[in-house]
Amino acid sequence: MSSASTPESLEAPARQSMAVDIACVGFGPATAGFLTTLSRRLADAAKPPLESAASPGLPLQVVCYERADDLGFGVSGVVTRGRGLRAAFPDLDPSQIPMAAPVKDEKVLYLLDPVGASRRSAALRTGDAAIRAARFALKTDTHAVELPWTPAFLHKQGGFIFSMGQLMQWMGAQVLASGTVQIWPATPVAQALVEDGKVKGVRLLDQGVDRQGRPEGASFMPGMDVLAALTVVADGPVGAVGRQLDQALGMPEGNARRDWAVGMKFVVDLPEDTPLEPGTVLHTFGFPEPEIFGFLYVHPDRVASVGIFVPSWFESPIRTSYRYLQHYVQHPALWRYLKDAKLRSWGAKSILESGKRGEPLLAGDGFARIGEGSGSTNVLTSSGVDEAFTTGVQLGEGVIELLEAGKPLTRENLEAAYVARRRASWVEAEGRVAERARDGFQRGVATGLVGMALSGLTGGRFALGEEPPHPAEKVGTLEAFYAGKIAPEEIAAIKRDCEAKGLPLHDALMDRAGWPAVPLDGKLLVSQQDALLVGGKVQAPAGYADHVVFVRPELCQACSRRVCVEICSAEAIRPGDGGTPAFDREKCVHCGACLWSCPERIDGTDQVNLSFRAGAGGLHSAEN
Amino acid sequence: MANGFQIVVLGSIVPDPLQTLEPVATPQGPGLKNEQMLPAVLDPWAASALYEAAALAAKAPGSKVTLLSLGPKAKLQQTMMAVAQKVPFELVALDGPAGGFTDAREVAARLAAAVKALPGLDRSRLLLFGGWESASRSAGVTLQLVGEQLEIHDQFQGVDELTVGPDGALRVLERVEGGRHQVSVCPSPPAVLGWATGNLPEPKNNPQVGMANMRTVMPALQKAAAAPVGVGGVEFASVAVPKAQRETRVVKDMSPDEVARELVEWIKQD
Repeated sequence: MSSASTPESLEAPARQSMAVDIACVGFGPATAGFLTTLSRRLADAAKPPLESAASPGLPLQVVCYERADDLGFGVSGVVTRGRGLRAAFPDLDPSQIPMAAPVKDEKVLYLLDPVGASRRSAALRTGDAAIRAARFALKTDTHAVELPWTPAFLHKQGGFIFSMGQLMQWMGAQVLASGTVQIWPATPVAQALVEDGKVKGVRLLDQGVDRQGRPEGASFMPGMDVLAALTVVADGPVGAVGRQLDQALGMPEGNARRDWAVGMKFVVDLPEDTPLEPGTVLHTFGFPEPEIFGFLYVHPDRVASVGIFVPSWFESPIRTSYRYLQHYVQHPALWRYLKDAKLRSWGAKSILESGKRGEPLLAGDGFARIGEGSGSTNVLTSSGVDEAFTTGVQLGEGVIELLEAGKPLTRENLEAAYVARRRASWVEAEGRVAERARDGFQRGVATGLVGMALSGLTGGRFALGEEPPHPAEKVGTLEAFYAGKIAPEEIAAIKRDCEAKGLPLHDALMDRAGWPAVPLDGKLLVSQQDALLVGGKVQAPAGYADHVVFVRPELCQACSRRVCVEICSAEAIRPGDGGTPAFDREKCVHCGACLWSCPERIDGTDQVNLSFRAGAGGLHSAEN
Repeated sequence: MANGFQIVVLGSIVPDPLQTLEPVATPQGPGLKNEQMLPAVLDPWAASALYEAAALAAKAPGSKVTLLSLGPKAKLQQTMMAVAQKVPFELVALDGPAGGFTDAREVAARLAAAVKALPGLDRSRLLLFGGWESASRSAGVTLQLVGEQLEIHDQFQGVDELTVGPDGALRVLERVEGGRHQVSVCPSPPAVLGWATGNLPEPKNNPQVGMANMRTVMPALQKAAAAPVGVGGVEFASVAVPKAQRETRVVKDMSPDEVARELVEWIKQD
């Protein structure tokens, strides 16, 4: 490590800088794959040491900066085939990782609507009626039908159920124990240092500032510049650094990030007499809205993860994931297992569902992109963790190859050592198959499901539908969404009433649309604020700026939909004075759903009126 | 002080304060449900002591701060990544349980032995810092017991401020009843100081401090000696959660008096 001081102005305190060899942004599965691979090489006494260029005489200096307050905070649970994980850990014993279990039983359920409040197309209603008519033969006593067959590409047999939080903590411990790399939590990276198209390192977030980012007297500490020969960008799909590079360097021709979902889930203690076995996996669709898919994974020791995905192609402007999740868990097919369950953790996360279409420039001079933010998620098999981990391993192998050969970490060399590995791998091959698999959902749920099957069964040769538009264009109007259910005049009255009370719209509109009140029981069905504080344990340290900023207040004031308020996973964005939403940093879980749900594009560009920046704090649960 | 102080801070990990804790019986005795999965932090009382130690060391050239922690090695390793960016220190780690059910006397014996074994220990410069209370190990008696075993007779608890006079004397502000402080003057080290909250803000994260600390933190963890405290000799008759159940609300416009009244009512439920 070498350090220097670079004064920026006479007034401001000096911004410190230091040099390392490799700086990683974000510690998720991709960085875990990268650091696992690299740290093993650095710790291998049988091979020549890899020396630091930043600090001559020392070993390679590798640091990783994680935004969240600890490793494994703010990530989500998962079922995965675990091919990449098995390759990296051939002796992987799930019993050594809390909450891990081998997949034992996997089912797909179509859920009927037992309350009659969801918005279903005529075709779906006809299908539901047919299922109900044949309920005795189909055993629909729980308003659900198990699909008799599901294509192989959807299966996770042979894989694992993990708590991502626990998996990340386990991997972090392995990497740190090597003593060769450092992972620093609670250290958000504000931006990459870009000069002439080259990435020179990263700048950490300023500390000791007010909500607007203005220095607060003597406590101000400008974010340090960390100069690095290689910056590994793995800050996920809504990460500030990845999106900065997309804007600064552009996306590859034809690629864009237009398909999103927010995943929200509860981790619960199941009742003592639960019949569910560890390793049980339920995938569901059809309820609470046809557009919302769900899951239940059973971990060891009577613990389960249960949650839903609310996609960007769901036209409703009141796409509240929390209220929908509360109705989801009460569906009879799930409630029979969850009735006496108790909430122990809660969380939410954005998922980039563009797959390969969302792939940015994977490598350039001084940087490489890995993980979900690099477009590795497979949107056909609904698998992302193993793919992300594998891209990290591929970069690790590539970087080791370059360092051993004494080659610089330039775009050309990284293309040859990393990108070429990735292109030749199963991640790429399966990503290509999945590329158009979800396009059918632009035309509706039924077309989407058929399109996925067609794409999967034909190896991606055929698909239905068209490429998604900018997500802002998928947000419909309240009047259209509730056509035939709630009259426009009544919607207007509800809006006026909620505005006067400073409330989001979703509860009033869903109540009016026939969704029953949620019977809060203090165990699993709790208020959203209790989910935050009892389940998510959310908090934010003082001295950092707001990371959600409304760019042009006049656009918010004119906005008639304010989807950011409705979808906010944590009620951190609420109706504000004068029409501009108010943001409460202390509640934010950094899911990023507000970013892709903002319907206001600035001057017709792809940029929306909500700026989602690097920020500190968030969830304090490592069980998600 | 000409050669500075040798400040040894005793502190270990506790579950992140936001977590829901539930006592359970385990084959090894009482424990916490899902203890392995609970995120951990440096005990906030000990953290306060550590920051005070660093501030004092910065003002007394030649001083050295050692953090002595008895806790499970893997958890200590992870917690150190959050702590090591705050202030400069050297870590001495003992690998053992850090739960709230370990006997303070046993823990104190291990810690006292580790202090005695510190290379170059000079009692004339020794300040033993720790938390006045502990978020985990009983009511903060461990520090006092360590002091006794090291035969340090000047002990101060509930310390909010320490200043060093030109003659090297220690002026200590201890909390007493009625929101007041008792002022004591101790002519010189050794002394034990159990810190209350002090007056210092939590230091900012400084990556350079972190990288410098890690040069000693990782080796210390790798050579952490086993300290199997709490494996016998103490029998817990029963363990129960308080009757008052947690009820969470977010309020930002309540006066401190109202908050206090509510808390008192809540505590009375037991």
